[in-house]
Amino acid sequence: MEKQETQAEHTSHSYSIYVLVWLGLLTLTALTTVVAGINFGALTIAIALLIASTKSYLVLTVFMHLRIEQRAFKIFVFVAMFFLIISFVLLFSDYSFLQGFIK
Amino acid sequence: MSTQEQAVVHVQRDDLRTRMGMWLFLFTELLLFGGLFFAYSVYRYLYASDFALAGKEMHVIIGAMNTAILLTSSMTMALSITAMERGNKRLSILYQLTTITFGLLFLVNKYIEWSAEISAGNYPGSTELAAKSHGQIIFYGLYYVMTGLHALHVIVGMTIIAVMCAFTIKDVITKDNYVKLEAAGLYWHLVDIIWIFLFPLFYLIN
Repeated sequence: MEKQETQAEHTSHSYSIYVLVWLGLLTLTALTTVVAGINFGALTIAIALLIASTKSYLVLTVFMHLRIEQRAFKIFVFVAMFFLIISFVLLFSDYSFLQGFIK
Repeated sequence: MSTQEQAVVHVQRDDLRTRMGMWLFLFTELLLFGGLFFAYSVYRYLYASDFALAGKEMHVIIGAMNTAILLTSSMTMALSITAMERGNKRLSILYQLTTITFGLLFLVNKYIEWSAEISAGNYPGSTELAAKSHGQIIFYGLYYVMTGLHALHVIVGMTIIAVMCAFTIKDVITKDNYVKLEAAGLYWHLVDIIWIFLFPLFYLIN
């Protein structure tokens, strides 16, 4: 009984969803390459990072099975990402603060 | 609860732990590359125009090709796990071998790209690069360290998948016990995610 349940949990990924996600990822790669040729000024890097984040989200949830993993895994990844982003935010607030002094 | 059921519960709990352990390891990888991404972002902020200048010389087509190759290899890796889940051993082996082949293709491209950069004089310590601005030198330094470390991860990943392939052939990895293959897959996908960020940051600056 319990074995059946856990197996059902694991086989919830079919072949087709991987192919679909793969097509989506290739489309996003083409998009980011084309968009890079257009100058959006300061937004260029933001758009590139947004597309990269979307691609990573797809890989994490579907390829890495986070979608069907237990909640603890999702919380772990969320916390890890949260602290990475916090570090970036603190780093840049520190740098822009120092730049003000240098100038 | 019968003893058989208890055994099943125990096996499942072990699988969960293995995957959790793998994720914890992946977080340490995130720190390793995170530090390099910190360095990259600060220098790009300080030397924005130099980075744009150096970025123009990158081989965008090779970079885009390698992105497609790695994304495809991630798909075949995921497919090999599904094949194993469904008890299709031969298909799983085929997908694993395909994944390794794509990894090899990635490295061949990387070799061509690095050779082109080196013959153009864009390598640390060359007189051509020394004549360039400080920001451009830093860009190339980061480029070699970050893509080099990533390529090293690709080699490690390929080796791990090759071992998994041997395990599958020898029935160490089976329909009912494929957590090793899942862990190898997690590693391979992380290498893919890192490249997803390296590609726009190094190749798509204008």
